[in-house]
Order: sequence, then structure tokens, then C-alpha cells
Amino acid sequence: MDLSTTYMGLTLKNPVVPSASPLSHSLDNVRALEDAGAAAIVVHSLFEEQITHESGELDHYLSYGTESYAEATTYFPEPNAFNVGPYEYLDLIADMKKAVKIPIIGSLNGVSTGGWVNYAKNIQEAGADALELNVYYIPTNTNLKSEEIEKMYIETLKAVKANVSIPVAIKLSPFFTSMANMAHKLDAAGADALVMFNRFYQPDFDLDKLEVIPNLVLSTNWEMRLPLRWTAILYGQIKASLAVTSGVQNYQDVLKVMMAGGSVAMMCSELLMNGTLRITEVLDNLKKWMEEKEYSSIKMMQGSMSQKSVNEPAAFERANYMKTLQSYKTLA
Amino acid sequence: MEKQMITIDGTEAAAYVAYNASEIIAIYPITPSSGMGELSDAWAATGEKNIWGTVPKVVEMQSEGGAAGAVHGALQSGSLTTTFTASQGLLLMIPNMFKIAGELTPTVFHVSARSIAAQALSIFGDHSDVMSTRQTGWGLLASGSVQEIMDFAAIAHSATLQTRIPFIHFFDGFRSSHEVNKIYQLTKEEIKSLIDDDLVNAHRERALSPDHPVLRGTAQNPDVYFQGRETVNKFYDVCPGIVQDTMDKFAKLTGRQYNLFDYYGAPDAKRVVIIMGSGAEAAEETVQYLSERNEEKIGLLKVRLYRPWSNEHLLAALPKTVERIAVLDRTKEPGAGGEPLYLDVVTSVAEAMTSDNPPFAKFPKIIGGRYGLSSKEFTPSMIKSVYDNLKAEKPKNHFTVGIHDDVTNTSLEFDPNFIIEGDDVVRAMFYGLGADGTVGANKNSIKIIGEETDNYAQGYFVYDSKKSGSTTVSHLRFGKKPIKSTYLIQSAKFIGCHQFNLLEKFNVLENVAKGGTFLLNSPYSKDETWDHLPNKVQDDIIQKELNFYVIDAYTVAHETGMGGRINTIMQTCFFAISGVLPKDEAIEQIKKAIKKTYGMKGEEIVKQNFKAVDQTIENLFKIDVPEKSTSTIELPPIVSDKAPDYVKNVLGTIMAGKGDDVRVSQMPIDGTFPTATTQWEKRNIALEVPAWDVDVCIQCGKCAMVCPHGTIRIKAYDKKLTENAPAAFKHTNAIGKEYDGLAYTIQVAVEDCTGCELCVEVCPAKNKQETRLKAIYMVSQLPIREQERENWDYFLTIPEFDRKDVKMNTIKGSQLLQPLFEFSGACSGCGETPYVKLVSQLFGDRTVVANATGCSSIYGGNLPTTPWSVDQNGRGPAWSNSLFEDNAEFGFGMRLAIDKHLEYAKELLARLNGKINAELVNAILTAEQANEADIYEQRQRVDELKKQLANLKEDEAKNLLPLADYLVKKSVWIIGGDGWAYDIGYGGLDHVIASGKNVNILVLDTEVYSNTGGQCSKATGLAAVAKFAAGGKPTPKKDLAMMAMNYGSVYVAQIAMGSNDTQTLRALLEAEAYEGPSLIIAYSHCIAHGINMAKGMESQKGAVDSGYWPLFRYNPDNTKEGKNPLKLDSKPPKIKFRDYAYTETRYKMLTKSNPEEAKILMDKAQVEVLRKWKFYEQLANLEYSSNGKEK
Repeated sequence: MDLSTTYMGLTLKNPVVPSASPLSHSLDNVRALEDAGAAAIVVHSLFEEQITHESGELDHYLSYGTESYAEATTYFPEPNAFNVGPYEYLDLIADMKKAVKIPIIGSLNGVSTGGWVNYAKNIQEAGADALELNVYYIPTNTNLKSEEIEKMYIETLKAVKANVSIPVAIKLSPFFTSMANMAHKLDAAGADALVMFNRFYQPDFDLDKLEVIPNLVLSTNWEMRLPLRWTAILYGQIKASLAVTSGVQNYQDVLKVMMAGGSVAMMCSELLMNGTLRITEVLDNLKKWMEEKEYSSIKMMQGSMSQKSVNEPAAFERANYMKTLQSYKTLA
Repeated sequence: MEKQMITIDGTEAAAYVAYNASEIIAIYPITPSSGMGELSDAWAATGEKNIWGTVPKVVEMQSEGGAAGAVHGALQSGSLTTTFTASQGLLLMIPNMFKIAGELTPTVFHVSARSIAAQALSIFGDHSDVMSTRQTGWGLLASGSVQEIMDFAAIAHSATLQTRIPFIHFFDGFRSSHEVNKIYQLTKEEIKSLIDDDLVNAHRERALSPDHPVLRGTAQNPDVYFQGRETVNKFYDVCPGIVQDTMDKFAKLTGRQYNLFDYYGAPDAKRVVIIMGSGAEAAEETVQYLSERNEEKIGLLKVRLYRPWSNEHLLAALPKTVERIAVLDRTKEPGAGGEPLYLDVVTSVAEAMTSDNPPFAKFPKIIGGRYGLSSKEFTPSMIKSVYDNLKAEKPKNHFTVGIHDDVTNTSLEFDPNFIIEGDDVVRAMFYGLGADGTVGANKNSIKIIGEETDNYAQGYFVYDSKKSGSTTVSHLRFGKKPIKSTYLIQSAKFIGCHQFNLLEKFNVLENVAKGGTFLLNSPYSKDETWDHLPNKVQDDIIQKELNFYVIDAYTVAHETGMGGRINTIMQTCFFAISGVLPKDEAIEQIKKAIKKTYGMKGEEIVKQNFKAVDQTIENLFKIDVPEKSTSTIELPPIVSDKAPDYVKNVLGTIMAGKGDDVRVSQMPIDGTFPTATTQWEKRNIALEVPAWDVDVCIQCGKCAMVCPHGTIRIKAYDKKLTENAPAAFKHTNAIGKEYDGLAYTIQVAVEDCTGCELCVEVCPAKNKQETRLKAIYMVSQLPIREQERENWDYFLTIPEFDRKDVKMNTIKGSQLLQPLFEFSGACSGCGETPYVKLVSQLFGDRTVVANATGCSSIYGGNLPTTPWSVDQNGRGPAWSNSLFEDNAEFGFGMRLAIDKHLEYAKELLARLNGKINAELVNAILTAEQANEADIYEQRQRVDELKKQLANLKEDEAKNLLPLADYLVKKSVWIIGGDGWAYDIGYGGLDHVIASGKNVNILVLDTEVYSNTGGQCSKATGLAAVAKFAAGGKPTPKKDLAMMAMNYGSVYVAQIAMGSNDTQTLRALLEAEAYEGPSLIIAYSHCIAHGINMAKGMESQKGAVDSGYWPLFRYNPDNTKEGKNPLKLDSKPPKIKFRDYAYTETRYKMLTKSNPEEAKILMDKAQVEVLRKWKFYEQLANLEYSSNGKEK
């Protein structure tokens, strides 16, 4: 049985890829993911902002309070060199490449054009097989127009593509007015894959302390529906590979992603909750199901339930919404 | 090979040679020598090799005594060994120094000479310390400049091996150790060529070794000790000659010729001054100036080798024509016939003149004088006055110069207008704040000028005595000739004022030369600035015809992402205006320096600085100066008119930066000062201060409790008092049964606040309409300054809450007690002072404090004003600082005296039985004094007793009267930091807690030597980076609490106010109540941790939550009730150690400098935290009851 799939030009042994998460923080975990059957690994994101912040912080606190008092003109020894910058991250990628055989996909979250480009090059040089641009951006400025935001995505992608030779995926927000057009533009700008979607961790309130608190909630299965829909819609309309992330929990989900037209189904929350061995179970069950249903390869099913392939394309459009509302009323 | 010139300070010059010529370096921090140890440790941590290609072993010891012992041992075992020290540190080495010299052991100690603590401590420079070692048999070699420090360090290391006599190589603390100057650097090859490997091997062959065993350190008896002592004479006889030979060899090598005594001036001079150290540089400059202008013949003799003293070389160096000699000593020996150098010269000349072959036609007149104690300025004017004195018919002998001695009239007059600074040197002065980076930028500028131009350059930096809001003055000189002006700039061609408000505090234009340049950082536009200048400043600019430039540096900084850092901007302005370098080249060099300074900390910071440089020029404006001043802004008075005379006349003079004008008669004779003086120094350093939202406040008292500076005060009082309050005075109804019917006010002393924001951070009450605000929130200080000054003054008139009625064991109650420790100069947001202040609130009116040297003795006792205060009855803590190492013993002595006074008072009282009301006597003798009400009553009884005693004629009554107050319970607090308690003072602390005496020891544990700049102590945590532990501390923190608990008779508590303030309060109350020794170890967040000080209390919480800093109280009294004495007050670890540690730079930086090591150490640290927690947990669960039920 052939579980292989092609994701942004890379041939993967199966469609299950752990998405960017803390699981890639250690080499041991990365080895465990490969052993469990992962077809590739997206490394946790390198945050440009964090690097800038860390070096600013280091400079601030090493110089804070210095040259103020005769007895203590400084407070810290000054070493010859500091490893500020992405060194740790790049070393990890290089180590991963040595430790496992499966493709390693770096992930980058930049804030400046220079940052995106330089760090992308760094990640390529460190040996990554591909790069995922993690554009995590919340446009809070009321003067910022939507076309400017779209332009920022496109320009970033173009700048990176012009500077690296490895395939580049872009991880998107679902909040575009015209998702299909945006996908088309990114495709035209050279995206090798679209990863749908970035989850924006929504902060919570602590009612006792009256504070806004960061709140990481792992994804649930229903969250897969949105990327599933867009995968089904976009499949065949653009060249770029499609990846679904958010809510992929079991072999059925993987099947759905494939049938919608996805190249890979990315798993994260499920692995954080139930361990890396879930990949093995998912793959085993996937194979069992395919045997039962007599699918000989993943390719056979890819896109089979996409908008262009189903007999009721309107199911992905407004008509489906109307229907859903009506069915809700009936149930009530 | 072309000689390399570098621009460094004296500290680095000495350390460079010492490091290269040593194998073992034993160190201990003491100002101003710490930098030499820090550099050595940092070099060793990065694998820098010495001249033999091996990395010296650098080891921190527990004291200077320990360092000297380790040096002695290493020397005895054949290693080339060195150390660095100063002041009392050198004194602690003296016992070993006798041994080292007695055993003819080669070594060099590099000493940045510093004052000895006598009537007061001083960190600044003079020769009191080295002069105290004259008797040890060590060679003493004096450097007077940064170049000489490097050169003489090498000569000393060479000479010691040749002569077998150990050497102190000394130079003036701060003036030389901290002066930056452009010098020739010795190459490693040059150092190596001065050191003979055969002599190194001979030293090694003398080592103690079981392979060729010998025995040293015998005990000798009357029969032979004397003879044994005389065996070394021949080594001393030849030593000066060998040192001279070494100097000659050095000259061949480098072209720089030195002599044991170097003479400058007329070969046929009649008047000669003899001096050593940095003062000789200024003297040389002055002699040259005077010689060029006068026909008189004068000369100067610089003493290089002071011990072994060479009559022969001295006499040979003096001109035969000399008739009068003035010998200047930078030390004082009260009661001596004269200061040491003077006596040596007198002896030499007298011996020679009474010999068969007298060197001079007539016995020269020799006089001696003192100058420059504690880095007192020593200027050409003062030097001239010494020569003038020599010319007088009856020259003043045993004189002083540089001060006004109106008591014993020793001082020489000098003309402050005699200034010899010429046009060949560019002189620039910069006024800034410590926080704005002015000094750092100027150090950079000096390097640029020194290393990128053919100019010689000199930088010297003056800091003030406060750790928060401190001002700095930088003195930069550069010119085509080596700069020997070892005194502050007197006439500047350029003045930079980096803070607008300093115009109100200092006369910044006092030293500017006519036609000079004035650069001002102004928050106003180029058109508005002139009108905001004080009248005096406008006048000076006009009259002195200054070129006046302004820049709004904070706006440029803000716009270029530099935040509050204006250093690069002001530096760029200086180069742009001064024309030291062509503009483009200057900018290129500044950028190069930026890359060097910030490059390793990240590209982004470099870019920000570049941007700031680029935007500076376009925002720098020259102002057209009007012909007349128009300002009506007058400079505010330094001290309020309401202040006591002493504060106004003496301390106020010091506050105004005019302390040099204070006369001898104005200083206390024995170092005794009035307390409660910080209240008169309104520093106004906070841009933002806390404001109180009456409606949101829940009156918990936490804001006042954490306030490190005692600027947030709380009173509950009679509502009637609100009737006449100023309109803006805030008050509300007090909450709580015991305060029913009272008014309640939280008042901020905005002029004393440092704006640290700890109060806002701990405030638990949020504004329900706008949750970003709390009951305490920050507002701009300037708009409310006047109003709040009035409110504060009114608040002070409201009576304090009666101590008898205060519920001391609650935070709310305790904060109604008046702090008797206020407005200290500690760092903004200090983690120590909240504990100190709390002690002063709880027990201050009956407390004596013994304070170890360190941060707490500096913010507690540094002039001009001191924070220990008094209550409305005039009672308050009496405070003293003895030394660093003896504080426990010092406090113990206080306890002994107080107990003895009490015992004797009781005996006298008993003897007066029948003469004094028996009921009163009985009540006094049996009073329990367990609480404030008891103490109040006892005070009433003692007052009555005093009245009765005054009417009695018996001797017992006279003797009892001065002791009667001891019948009221006194509390002894021994306070100090971890450097004292864990390291240098541990032996004494251990002895005192073992004594069973009733003392309370408060250890303010910052886990480093904070005051000297963050050196590692045994309290430093595993994995933390500190100076002297640049590679991360590899061993766990010493468990001082556990060591004390082992006695079973010591009350021990570990506290962290930021984690549990109630536990802190309880521990202090229990410790004081415990009738025996108590030890409280208080987690004190610190600027040396590299944290946001506003979040200091959060750091404390993190330390506790991670299990690193368990909270507990160990009360031996509990065992009497069958209870376990140990009670854990914190919960098991709930976060990982790393989650706490990596919020602090001291831990985090190792992940950036050495990630692999950081990981190893962090893993070890986590294991250690859990091990310790588990151990404490088990101890707290041990069975103590007889019935097996109680825990």
C-alpha cells in the first residue's frame, strides 16, 4: 500500500506531519516522532521578535545601574561573546538533520523584511529541507487597510523566495476577506504550500485579578472543518500544496484532509495530549481503513472530495450555510 | 616593532601585568581594587594565557585574610602568586605579609591605595593603607600614573624574583586606578624578558615537597629568634640596587627610564618637594610651569621605591644646592613626630649630614606636610603654596594643604585662581546622571580619541554618594603631549550638560573658560530653551561668551528606538561640535565603537545606535545668544530654611557639591553625626510618583510596607484634623473595627520618592472602571510637586498612631508605625531596605544597630545625609558601622554593654532601696516589657525614677541616672549582607549565635557582594553568573540557616517579603521576642541580579514558588511544648527552578555566553533545589512530642 504523498515538492512517506510545536524542542522528541512514523517535522518557530527582545533585554540589564556609583561601576562580568541571535535554533536544525532521516521543515516568524530574509537564509544554511513562514499578525491599527495586510504577506513571501532555494510554505490566518483570491495571489507569488490555518491564541480574563491572561487551549476536532473546507475549495485551483493544521486527531481526519485535497495533515494538540505514539496508531488505522475500503494509495483519494470533485459543489458555499441553519431550526 | 598604545585605566594596566606574570591569583573584592580581580577572573574564564602559555588559576577567598593565606600557601608550594587589595583589606593581610617576607618569598601584591576607616570609612585614595605595612619587610614601589602602573608592575614582578623580597606595588585609589589614559602597552615578550625563568625555577625548587622535604614555620626561642631575624639584612641591602638595575634594563627594553628617586627641575634648585604617587604628576606639571615663568630654582623629587629605603639613592638624587625640603605625605599618623616619608627623609639627611662626608654645604631645612587624604584634590595651586611656604622666613612645618584647618591652623593658604591649564590641552566636562550612560559614552570617546588620533587622552569620572538618581561628572582631557594633570578640570573648553534639571542643582558653568562651548540636552525646542534657563545660567552664557548648543536628546532617543538612552546621541554632539576629528571620521569612529560595544549583544541594538547617531546632527542647534539675560528663574535653595543649623551650614554645603569648603571646625571630632537628616535633602529624582486612589484602596498597607525609601506613609487619626487640611489633601474613613471613627490617609513624599513602582506592583486593589489602574498608580511628579509638598508637610503635623494600640502582627497595623529609616540613597526599588525599614518601624525607638560594611552601611551612613531617623519623642535607632568582617562581634559587644548597664542599674536601684519609692522600684524590676503597652509603662516609671534620682545626693543615684534608660528593654540588631554573613564575617557570626546572647541578626541576602559591584559570595546560587564566577557558580548556595539551626538554640527564619509579607512580619516579631540569638535571612532582590527592579517582589515570589527559597521559621521555644521547632511557611515547589531563574539576567546570561555549561548547571541546580526542599520537608515533619502526636 502506498501512503506516500508529495508536499511542496518533497516526497513524504505518509501524510502525517507534526506541526510546529514544543515537541521539536528536544532531539529525543524528534527521534521519537520519526520512530512513531512522522513523515516530516515542522520545527517550532524561530521568532525574530524574541531574538530582538532578548538581545535588547540582555543589553539593558547588563548596563542597568552601571556607571552610577564609584564602588560598583558595573554589576556583571562581560564575557567575550554572547550567542544572541538564532544560533540555538539553527544548531537544533543542524542536529535534527543528523539525528533523523525524515525531512525537517524550519518555521519562521519574522517582523522585519530583513529579519524574514536573513533568518530564512540561516535556516536553509542550517540544513532545513523546507521552510514554513509563520505569519502571525494581528492588525490592530485602525488605519491599516486590508490590501496593505495582503501586500505584506505577498511581499514577505516574495522576498524570502528570492533568497532561498528550498521550498517555502506560508502559514495563513483564516481572516482574509477573500480567502480564495489571497490563496491565488500567494500561489502566484511562488508559495510552495499553503498551511491552513494559524491558530490565534485568544487571551482570557482572570476575574479575580482583573488581568488579561494568555490562554493556550489545545485545538478540538471541529476546528478542522474550516481548513478542510478551504482545502476542498482551493484544491485544483492553485499549484501550491495544501496542508491542514488544527484539529487533526485521528485517522478519519487524515482521510478527510486527503480527500479534500490536502497533501499533508498536520498534528499537534493530539500529540501533546496523548503522546507521539498516536502517529503510529493513526497510521495503522489509516492503513486498515484503506485496506477495508480498497484504496491502494493516498494519491487515489487526494482531492476526491474537493469542491470540483463532489457532486454538490454548493455544499462548500452559501447554500450550505442556509441548509445548516434550517437543519438547526428543525432540530431545535 | 612599533610600540602599541592603548587607552585603559590603571586597574587594567596592573591586572594585565599581574595576570601575565602569575600562575595563581587569590582574590577578594574591596574597592577600589576589585576591578583587578574581576578582569583576572574574566580573562581566566575565557582561557586567556599568561606569558608562559598557561591560564592562571583565579580563586576567590572568603576575606583578604583568606586570600593572603592562600597566597602564602601557594608561594610556599612554589607557584608564582599574586593578589589585589586596598585599605582594610591590606591590613587583614599584614599577619601573612610578615611571614611571607620573613621567609624571603617572592610575590607582588598590587594595591590601589585607599584611606583607612578611622573616624569614618572612605573608599577613596591615599597612602594610609600601604603606610601601615612599612614594618612587614615588604618592598614598596609607588606608581603615579597609568603608564607607571603598567611599567612598575612589571618591574616589581621582576625585582621580587631577583631579590626574594616580596613587593607591594601601589598606586592611588581612584585617581590612578580609575583614571583612563593613553599608554604604551608592554608586550608579553617584554614582560617575559624581564622575568628570568631560572629565578622562577629557583622559586619552585624552594617549594615544600615530600620529594625533598624541609620544614618552615618553626617556633624559635630567646636564644636564636633575634639572630634569625637578622639573617635577611643582606637581601635588603642589595635590593635597591637590584631594583635600579631592573629599571635600567626596563629602559633599554622600552625607552622609559625610571629611577628609585626621580628628580625634576633646576639642577641647582634650592627648594625641593619630595612626594610619591599621583600627586607627583601634578607637581611635575606645576614645577615645569613655575620654572618657565620664575627665575627661582625649584625642584621635585619623586619617590619610586619607598621600601627598602635607600639613603644613598635619595641623597644622590637631591641637588647639592638644596637648602629647603618639603616632604609631602598622603597619610596621617596622629601622635607621630611626623608622617612616615618625612621622617625617612629627615633621618637620611640627618645621618648624612652628621657623617664624615656631609653631602650638602649646609643642613637643609626639612618640613613635612599632609595632602590629598581620601582623594582630596591636589592642584597646582596647592603645590605652589607648598613651594611658597618653603620660601617663607619661617615655613610652617607639619602643615596640611588642600583644606581649611581653622582648629589647629595647620593648613597652607592657596589661591584657587592659580590655574595652569594651557591651550595645548582640550578639556571637556560632562554632567550627567548615572542612568543616562554619560560615563560609558565618555569612556568610549576617550578610547576613540586615544586610539584613533595621535592625541594623548585622559578620562576621570566622579560619581556621587547615592545609588539612585546619582549624578556623574566626567573630566576628559586630550592633547599632543602625555597628560599629567592628576586633578579635576579647573578650566574647561567644553561643558556638556546631559540633564536639564542639573542646571538647578549644580553650577555647571562654574569651570567653563571664556569663549568655551556649552552643550545642553534640553526637553524644550531650540526656540524655547533660552527662556527656560535659570537666570544664573543665562548670565554665565552671556558673560563668558559661550557657544551655546542644544539638542532634545530624549526625543531623538525615543524616535530612534533608544528609549531613555541618550549616551550615543550626546557623544555624537560632542564630536560634531568639538572638532576633535573631522565630522565624517568622528561618526565612523563612533559607529565602530558602537559595533564593538554592542555588537555581541545583537545586530538590532547596533542598528538603533547607528540610527541615533545619524539623526543627531540634524537635531543639534546652535543658539543665538541674546545680549541680556531675561530669565526670572532663580536657583532653588539647597536646604529648607526649617532645617537645623548643622544641616543648613555643613551638610547643605556638602549637598551643594561644595564639601571641599567645609572647615575642620565644622566637622565632628569623633565621627558622631545627628540622625534624621535625609528629610532635608529633597532630591526630586522621580519623574513619576505614586498617587493614591481613595475610593479603590482597601487599606491593606502593602504599598507602605514594600516602599524601599519610606516615602509612602499611612496614618489613622482624628477626623477633626482633616478640617484644616490643604484642599488637595486626601483622606477617607479608616476601615476596620479598631479604627472606627478615624480618618485614614496614605501620603506620598513625592520629593523623596525614587519612582521605583514597587508599591504599584504589590497593590492588590484594582480600579473597577479601568483595570489598568490600581489604588496606587503612577503620575507625573512635576505637576503635583508643589501641592504634594504642602500635603506632606501637613501630613507630618498629624500625630502618629499610638504605638500601644497598634496591632503589630498585621501588615495593616505595622504600617501605622512610623518608619525610623527614611529616604535612603539606596538603589531605586532596593530589595534590602524594606526589611531594614520594617525593623525600624517595629523596634526602632529602642534599637541599637551594628551594621556591617556594604550596601546597607553606605545607604545607611554615607554623607551628606543619613536615613536613620527619630520619632516625635526624639527616640530612634542608634547606628554604627565598625568593619566588614567584625559586625556580629561588634553587635555582640553592644549587647554585652547594654546587659551590663542593665545589671548595674538594677544593682544600684537595689542599693537605693528605701530612698526611692519601693513600689516604683519593684515595678521597674519586675516589669515584663512584653509588648508596646508594657514598654510605655516602663518608660513612665523610668521617667519617675529619674525625677526621684535627681533629688538624691547619693553616689548611687548619680551613677544610676545616666544608666536609668537601660531599664527599658533594648533591642540589638546586627545587620549586613551575605558577603559579611556567609563569607568574611561568618566565623564571628557563628561565635555570636553560639553565645546564647539576645541579639537579632538580619542578613540582607542579595546573593552577591552588591556594594562592590556583584561579586560571587557563598550565598550565590548554583548556575548564577557573578563577578569572580564569570563561568557560572558551580557549587550550591551555602545553607546558612541550616548551620544555625544545628545549634538548636538559635531562632532562625528565612523570609521573602515579596512572597509572604505576613510571614516576614511574624518572623521579625518572633526573632526580637526570642530571648536568645536570632538569625533572619531575608531574600533581597538586587540591581546586581539584572532584573526589572519594579518587579523585585515578583522575583522573590518566584524564588519561593520554585522551592529555591523555602520560607520557614525555626523557633527553639516550640520544643518546650513538644512541637517541632521548624515550621515550613511555603508550599512545595510549584514551578521549575529555571522558570524563576531565567527571569533574571544573572542566570540567563550564561545561556547566551556558554549554553552547554548553562544547561549542565541548571540541571544540577534543579536537583539541588528539590533535594534541599525534601530535606527541609522531612525535618519539619520530625516527631518532637512525648506522646507522639504533636508535630
